[in-house]
Amino acid sequence: MRTSPEAYGELRRRETPQSPHFKHILGSFLIGGTICAVGEGLAQLFTALGWAEKTVTLAVPVTLIVLTAILTAAGVFDKIARHGAAGTGVPISGFANAIVAPAMEHRTEGRILGTGANLFRLAGPVLAYGSAVCVVYGIIYYFFLR
Amino acid sequence: MPIRKGKAVLHLERPPQIRARAAVGGNAEAAGPLGASFDQLFPDPYMGLETWEQAESALLKAALEHALRKGNIESKDVDLLLCGDLLNQCTATGFAARDLGIPLAGLYGACSTFAMALALGALQMDGGGFSHILAAASSHFCAAEKQFRFPLEYGGQPQAAGQRTATAAGALLLEAPPELSFIEKQLERLGTIRESAAEIRKPEALADTPITVGIPNVILGRVVDLGVKDSAEMGAAMAPAACDTLLRFLADTATAPEAYDCILTGDLGQVGSELLYDLCMQEAHIDIRQVHKDGGTLLYDIETQAEAGVGGSGAGCSAAVVCTYVLQQLEAARWTRVLFLGTGALLSAISPLQGQTIPCICHGVELAPFADGKHRIRHRLAETSDTPQEDLMTGVWHEALKNKLLGTFDKNT
Repeated sequence: MRTSPEAYGELRRRETPQSPHFKHILGSFLIGGTICAVGEGLAQLFTALGWAEKTVTLAVPVTLIVLTAILTAAGVFDKIARHGAAGTGVPISGFANAIVAPAMEHRTEGRILGTGANLFRLAGPVLAYGSAVCVVYGIIYYFFLR
Repeated sequence: MPIRKGKAVLHLERPPQIRARAAVGGNAEAAGPLGASFDQLFPDPYMGLETWEQAESALLKAALEHALRKGNIESKDVDLLLCGDLLNQCTATGFAARDLGIPLAGLYGACSTFAMALALGALQMDGGGFSHILAAASSHFCAAEKQFRFPLEYGGQPQAAGQRTATAAGALLLEAPPELSFIEKQLERLGTIRESAAEIRKPEALADTPITVGIPNVILGRVVDLGVKDSAEMGAAMAPAACDTLLRFLADTATAPEAYDCILTGDLGQVGSELLYDLCMQEAHIDIRQVHKDGGTLLYDIETQAEAGVGGSGAGCSAAVVCTYVLQQLEAARWTRVLFLGTGALLSAISPLQGQTIPCICHGVELAPFADGKHRIRHRLAETSDTPQEDLMTGVWHEALKNKLLGTFDKNT
C-alpha cells in the first residue's frame, strides 16, 4: 500500500470518534457522588446505632464491598459502570467488582485454577503496586515526616 | 481447475453452487434488523450448558445441522467441513464436529474465517474430487470477551470505537455444479453459438428457474499492517487489509465498484468503513460509498442498540450476515453480483500487551446467481458471440440474468 503507517495514523485520528468526555465526567460525578453519599448515609446510620467510630470506619467500606459484590453477581454493576465511568471505578466499589467479576467468570475452570488463580487477575496490579507505594511512603515517612 | 486472473484472483471454471444456507444467533442478534432471518435464535447465552465455550460449540453445531437439514443431505455424505471460530485452538469447531463424522479442516482467520472457508471450499471443489463441502464459522460474545478482553461482569468503560463480537454462526453447503451433458460439451467444443443464443433470449426459457448462487471468483488476502496497536480499534486495523484485497480484486477482474450490487465487508463497523472509503480514495481514486455495506452495521441497529458500539464483529458476524441478508437479496434477484470481503485481525490476547501492532487480512469471494449448469453453459454460449473474451470470466451469467430479470431480452436480439 502507498499509504504509510504515519499517514494512516493521521487519517485514523480524524475518523475515530472521541470519547464523550463531558458525558463521562457528568456520569462519574453523579454516580460516584451517589456511591459516596450512600457511604456517608451508612456512616450516619451506624453512628446513630451507637457504634464506635473505629467500627463505623470499618463497617462502611465492608458494606459497600458486599453491596458491590451482590450487584456484580446480579449482573447489574457493569450496567451502572457503563454510565458511571471512573465514578464507579475509583471508590472501593471498583476494587470489589474487579475481584468478583473474574471469580465468577472463571468458576467454570474449577475452584483452584479457575476462581482461585484468576481472583486477582484485574485487582492484582492494584495490590502489588499499592503495596510497593506503601513501602516507599513508609520510608519517606520514617526518615522525613516522623 | 481454477484459472488465475491477473495476479491474485482465481476464477473457477465450474463454480460451486450454494445448496443450503443456515444462520443462528443470540439475543442481541435477535433484536437486530436481521433477527427474523435467522434459522434459530438462542436467548440464553449459555444455551442451557455449563460454559460459554460449550455454548459456542452448540451454536455452531446448530448452524451446521440446519444447513444439512435444509440441504436435505446427511452428514456422512458431506466430503469436507471447513470451519473455524475465535476460541483458542478453534475448540468450538473441534467440539461441534465431534458427532458429525465429516472430515474436518479447522481454520483460523479471526473474523475473516468465513470468507476463508468459502474461498478454500470453492477452490477445493473446482479442483475436483469433492461433491459437497460445508463452510462455516462462529463467534460468541461472552466467550470472546473472556478470552480477549475483560470478564463480562467487570465494570469497564466501553471504547468509543469499540465493536461487539456477535453471538452467531453461519454455515453454507457448497455443491459441485451439475456435469454438462455430452451434447452441451460438444456444443461448447464446437462453439455452436447462434442457436443457443436465440434460445436464451426467450424470457420464458428462464422464467421459473429458481436462482442458485455460485462462487465464480475468489481472492486470498495477504497480511497488511498499518501500525494500529490498540485492540479496541479493530475496524481501523482491518480497513487497510480490506482496501488491499478490494483493489487487487477490481484490478485483476478489470471491474469497477459499480459492477457490483454490493461490496460487503465482514465487520469493519462504522469507523473502519469510513477509513476504507478514505483509503480507496487515496490509493486508487475509487469511491465505493454507494455500493459498500458492512456486516457489522447490518447485524445490529447501531442507533438503538447501544451495546453494539460502532458495529458487530467476530467470525460469526459476517457468516450470519452472508447466510441471511446477502444470500436473500441474491436469491430474490434484488442483487446479481456481490463481492464479499471477510476481514480479520490476526492478533492474540497477549500480542498487543507485548507492544505488537495488529496484522490484518482480508479474503474475498464473489457471489453471483446462476440458474443451473445447463443454463450456465447456454449463457456462456449466448454471450460469447458479442462479448470480448475477457468478460467471459467475470460477468457472463450476471449480465444474462440481469437481462432476464429486467425482461430486456428483446433489446438484445
